[in-house]
Amino acid sequence: MLMFVLRRIGVMILTAFALTFVVFYMTNLPPNLEKLAKSEASVRMEDDAVISWLAENGYSSPVLQRYGEWLGVVPGWTRTDETGKITGRCIKAGTDPATAPGYCGVLQGDWGFSTVFKQPVSEVLARSLGATGWLMFWVMAVMVPTSLLLGVLSGMREGSRTDRVLSTFAITTTATPEYVSGVILIALLASATAGISPILNEAGWISGKTLFPGTATSAMDDITFMNFFLPVMTIALYGIGYIARMTRASMTEVMTQQYIRTARLKGVGFRQVVMRHALRNALIAPFTVIMLQFPWLLNGVVIVETLFNYKGFGWTLVQAAGNNDINTLLACSVVAVFVVLVTQLISDIGYVFLNPRIRLA
Amino acid sequence: MSEPWDPSKPILEIENLSISFFTRLREIPAVMDFSCTVMAGEAMGLVGESGCGKSTVALAVMRDLGKNGRITGGSIRFKGRDLTRMGEEELRHLRGSEMAMIYQEPMASLNPAMKIGAQLAEVPMIHRGMAKDEAWKLARQIVADVRLPDPDRILNAYPHQLSGGQQQRIVIAMALMSKPALLILDEPTTALDVTVEAGIVDLVKDLGEKYGTSMLFISHNLGLVLDVCDRLCVMYSGEAVETGNVEEVFDKMRHPYTQALFRSIPLPGADKNARPLVAIPGNFPLPHERPRGCNFGPRCSYFVEGRCNAQDIPMVDVADAHRHESRCLRITEIDWSAPPAVARTAEKAEIGRVVLKLEDLKKYYSVGTSAFGGGMKKVVKANETLTFEAREGETLAIVGESGCGKSTFAKVLMGLETATSGKIMLFDENVQSTPIQMRGTDTISKLQMVFQNPFDTLNPSSTVGRQIIRALEIFKFGDSDAERHARMLELLDLVKLPRAFADRMPRQLSGGQKQRVGIARAFAGGAKVVVADEPVSALDVSVQAAVTDLLMDIQRKNKTTLLFISHDLSIVRYLSDRVMVMYLGHVVEMGTTDQVFSPPYHPYTEALLSAVPIADTRVQRNRIVLEGDIPSAVNPPPGCPFQTRCRWKSQVAGGLCDREVPPVRTLEGGHQIKCHLPDDVLASMEPVIKIAAE
Amino acid sequence: MEDALSWGSILVRIAAQLLPVWVALIATFALSMTFKRRLGLYGRIFDSPVGMTGFALVMFWVFTAIFADIIITHDPLGQFSGMKNILPGAPLKDAAEGAYPYYLLGGDHLARDVFSRMVMGARDVLKIAPAATVVAFMVGVTLGLPAGYLGGKLDTSISFLSNLVLAFPVILLFYLLVTPEIRVTGIPTVLAAILFIFPVVFLTILLNSRFFTSPAKRNLYVGIVLVIGLWAYSGLAFNADPLGVWSMDPNMLNVFVSVVFVNSPGVFRIVRGMVMDIKTRDYVAAGQTRGEGPWYIMLWEILPNARGPLIVDFCLRIGYTTILLGTLGFFGLGVTPESPDWGSTINYGRRLLAIAPHPAVVPAFALMSLVLGLNLLADGLREESMKD
Repeated sequence: MLMFVLRRIGVMILTAFALTFVVFYMTNLPPNLEKLAKSEASVRMEDDAVISWLAENGYSSPVLQRYGEWLGVVPGWTRTDETGKITGRCIKAGTDPATAPGYCGVLQGDWGFSTVFKQPVSEVLARSLGATGWLMFWVMAVMVPTSLLLGVLSGMREGSRTDRVLSTFAITTTATPEYVSGVILIALLASATAGISPILNEAGWISGKTLFPGTATSAMDDITFMNFFLPVMTIALYGIGYIARMTRASMTEVMTQQYIRTARLKGVGFRQVVMRHALRNALIAPFTVIMLQFPWLLNGVVIVETLFNYKGFGWTLVQAAGNNDINTLLACSVVAVFVVLVTQLISDIGYVFLNPRIRLA
Repeated sequence: MSEPWDPSKPILEIENLSISFFTRLREIPAVMDFSCTVMAGEAMGLVGESGCGKSTVALAVMRDLGKNGRITGGSIRFKGRDLTRMGEEELRHLRGSEMAMIYQEPMASLNPAMKIGAQLAEVPMIHRGMAKDEAWKLARQIVADVRLPDPDRILNAYPHQLSGGQQQRIVIAMALMSKPALLILDEPTTALDVTVEAGIVDLVKDLGEKYGTSMLFISHNLGLVLDVCDRLCVMYSGEAVETGNVEEVFDKMRHPYTQALFRSIPLPGADKNARPLVAIPGNFPLPHERPRGCNFGPRCSYFVEGRCNAQDIPMVDVADAHRHESRCLRITEIDWSAPPAVARTAEKAEIGRVVLKLEDLKKYYSVGTSAFGGGMKKVVKANETLTFEAREGETLAIVGESGCGKSTFAKVLMGLETATSGKIMLFDENVQSTPIQMRGTDTISKLQMVFQNPFDTLNPSSTVGRQIIRALEIFKFGDSDAERHARMLELLDLVKLPRAFADRMPRQLSGGQKQRVGIARAFAGGAKVVVADEPVSALDVSVQAAVTDLLMDIQRKNKTTLLFISHDLSIVRYLSDRVMVMYLGHVVEMGTTDQVFSPPYHPYTEALLSAVPIADTRVQRNRIVLEGDIPSAVNPPPGCPFQTRCRWKSQVAGGLCDREVPPVRTLEGGHQIKCHLPDDVLASMEPVIKIAAE
Repeated sequence: MEDALSWGSILVRIAAQLLPVWVALIATFALSMTFKRRLGLYGRIFDSPVGMTGFALVMFWVFTAIFADIIITHDPLGQFSGMKNILPGAPLKDAAEGAYPYYLLGGDHLARDVFSRMVMGARDVLKIAPAATVVAFMVGVTLGLPAGYLGGKLDTSISFLSNLVLAFPVILLFYLLVTPEIRVTGIPTVLAAILFIFPVVFLTILLNSRFFTSPAKRNLYVGIVLVIGLWAYSGLAFNADPLGVWSMDPNMLNVFVSVVFVNSPGVFRIVRGMVMDIKTRDYVAAGQTRGEGPWYIMLWEILPNARGPLIVDFCLRIGYTTILLGTLGFFGLGVTPESPDWGSTINYGRRLLAIAPHPAVVPAFALMSLVLGLNLLADGLREESMKD
């Protein structure tokens, strides 16, 4: 077991290095650097000026070396200009170059400076991750119990009316990506001209113009049911359908197993058959699915945060990518990759723990 | 119990039961007009080929036919109460407490995520409201009753931690937890090895007597039914065709199907040349294509046009017999004691030169022991020092139970794997370390294989003809497509399949027909050596005979050497010239068929012979039941591989068996045995099977 | 100046506009139902209500895309003054002679006809999604077969790479891969060069492994594949087709390649898993014992028997690709601003959701119904293919 976890962690670290290097390489491609130079210094720069600007800011060394610097395993670049002023990666403006550390990369906890937010990346990231953390928490709190319940209920008696109704619901929500369901939900519940808000308003049931606000910006400070309902539902809906379908498939399969028949013919009542015999076996597969949902949830988060203007991780990612903020983008990808890999690891280990057949084999 | 019940009345009374399955297209009758009675303490056997409806009857008794199945007529009375009219709740009280069921696949019938103890204790907790620790105590006692070692450990284990035999004992224990009045066993030993099967059969019989339980025992194996049951009911295509006392039906059968069934199974005394098996012609009718009148009519040799297919045939009592009934119109007209018309006897094939020679063949695998690939690597010795030769036209049988290494041997021989060391000489060519990709077309086409599972042997998405033609293309036969097509049709003739089958898809064929195509494909390149890996074990007995005979015919015609891998000693005895018995990778005994089937035996061969159920009342067997399971090949015992289960071990001085692998000893006539037993002990061995004088 | 249409008459007019689609749908269904017993798995879709519903939805959009030129009421890029964000059913102000007098589903923020843009958007989606999925399948199958069948180091390394791609959050990948700057570096072309060679390789191996026993036939078939394949390859990947038949807009190529790249590892995983299962069958062993090469066994013995789940996955994956294309549009990646594709239309429409929801809601429903149709079709196929 320990060997297994260690191996998985080894593979995970290797994957993380490979992925961050890919991101680093892609964001540091010459056209991207050129764009960065122009946006940082002046849009009307000549090619020569771009090159010298890049050289001055340490972007001219080989990509592998810069990757090392960013990681913090290669000393940060330093440079002395004609006036004798020493600049360098690790030298903060206005500090004495002599006291600056030699290394300043991710391993030293220095994620660099965000060119878009004009803040250290670590601060940007901490703030946005906190916001997204709450969003994810509520999404999970809504999505997991609902989807498992739906899946078990419909898979319990395959082909029944409950099954058909729930399956139709599930398949519809899986066919609705977040940017579609978000738009529809807003149009339905948060538009002053369409959906149910005008009707409610006329009837005097709501005081404002719309039932729910169309943005979640206010949730940055204070999460309420009103400002969080729409974003959470938008992300959760897609996941609910997907996980419910997986659970249903797993449940129907389990219900046809011989040991369920054994239990039934032992005289166990239907409720007990489901609760005691079927449920645990049926939940093994969805557990993995839920964990592997995280990469897709990340997608949902990006879309929903953009749609509802909630300044979390996804929003930051979009801002960074749109403005070629290399440091922020790199940090975001590290976080994203880390989340994906950790959930994969948890899913593998959890699968082993849930399934006695594997655990003790 | 609601009302007192008179023990002299039948426990189970099924009358004119009809069951149908309903699909979107049509109603498929699965069982028609089925009646039988089981008295208290009686064991009733339900025998028939696959698809005859025997399992459906069992499920109907449990009232668990699923969504599509429905009882369309008749009644099932259990202790006088009609089960067909019971509600769910009432049934729930009966199930598990008064009647219990045991299934074919023990692994599948146990919940993988629950401890054995919890699954056992559940039964009395539901039905008798027993407290949890009391229920566990009872479970422990029953586990001991089914003769499992170390009950405490087993109660706390999960099903996958037990072997197949142990799992089946647990399933039996579960059925016995509330001492039911009726036990239904649906092919309880089919998934198990013969020596393990023997133990389970003994256990079932003993427990049946101990608890006075009535049994409904479903099996396709006539020998097993003879061992276990008092009465039997033969089913064919949804109907009971004959029912009566086991001995009476076996000795004085009064239905043509029963007779044909017995003539198609190899009993001791049958011989492939002098007294070949008589296969039942034709195929089992599909449920919606049953003929009018007698279902067996089209395949029956006593069939009379206009009578047998004119009306429904009722069950009638057989004269001068007790509770013996048959569904045949011509019961009194047929001369039941007439010997089967022997179709043809064949000349014994000439045994020619040596075509295949193995010397000290070894095949070791290294496998990771942990589930996650980490941990220690272990060496599995799948084949240990195999030495033998096979001659032209000879049938060499390789016998052994699961894990004995016979399949590995086949793979090595075919070149799918390469041997660790040793020599394989095929027509003076050493192919030991030549994987199949490196072998010449000629070598490949000379050495071919027939596979076990008929449902797996043909590619489901390609026509029969196309698959044979592909073999011809690969073997570089013929110059044109037309030539190959003609040859393909000839091959279909050879395996006695209609030429129209060339355009059929495999799913349109029955199991036996698929196996024939497999044989045709193997002989496409004029194979000289054919490895047949359990070619008939997945087929019904009546089809087995036909496929076996076909193999023998082709062998005689082509002088093929046949390596017949099997676990079924009856068929091995019937068709092989020489036999090789394997256990855990070792050849423990080898000799001519007569040498192997008569003493002196290797102790394992002795147990194997004794374990095989034989459907002949005249045969007396010396019961030897092996303790425990076959050791895992990953972790074989030290010394003699068989020492953990050997009943002769005490006869060898000085614990030699624990320490040393026995040497191969050659007895008279080239009979080889790998055993430490001294000569005088070997000489004193009694035959396991005796046929009483006729 | 006429009055705005009521919802009822809007629906009637839309239905009338879609007339060619209805005719084609009815013809397809009538023909398929008549011959359904002879059409194999396709015919069996018509045994399952779910499958039929799905098929109808999908075909509705396919026919809409085919007949888009006849169906549209206005030029999808044309702007009419005074029609900005106008409500559905509004009459055209000062309509020119012969022009359709209404904006059936209203106007968008640039006063363009929402209905016509939706119809044209279907064409955009259905041009890319199925083709990209086919290429992704070829890549996944060509890599998944040997990985599953041969195992070993090959499997380990391809699996590692595919997990690498799968671990990438899709949006991040798109942001990195689909930008004008990336196009300058030529990375899409390199990717295209790698990905587009797979179909050619796949077909070549497929035919060679089957027909190597009769060289004449083999040379003919493989020759045809190589000539056409490499011709198309040169055109699509490098835009170097001497005859100019095959070419792809660099923008589109970028999107196409990225979508294929994201989808291939998923296909790879499924194929690999199925191969590992099927390779234990006896007919595979039978192929081995008669000396078949590994590619024949993979492509002709294993692959045909994996087709059921693969067809199901194919349908699901077209839906997934449609969603991905929408995502790209939603973030304004890789598409020109005036493109009528559903994703970018939703993106522009969402900013005015509070005032005028229809420009966003119409393509949203369109996209949803297409993906729903594909999912239902996949479900029906799965059910029917399991009934054997």
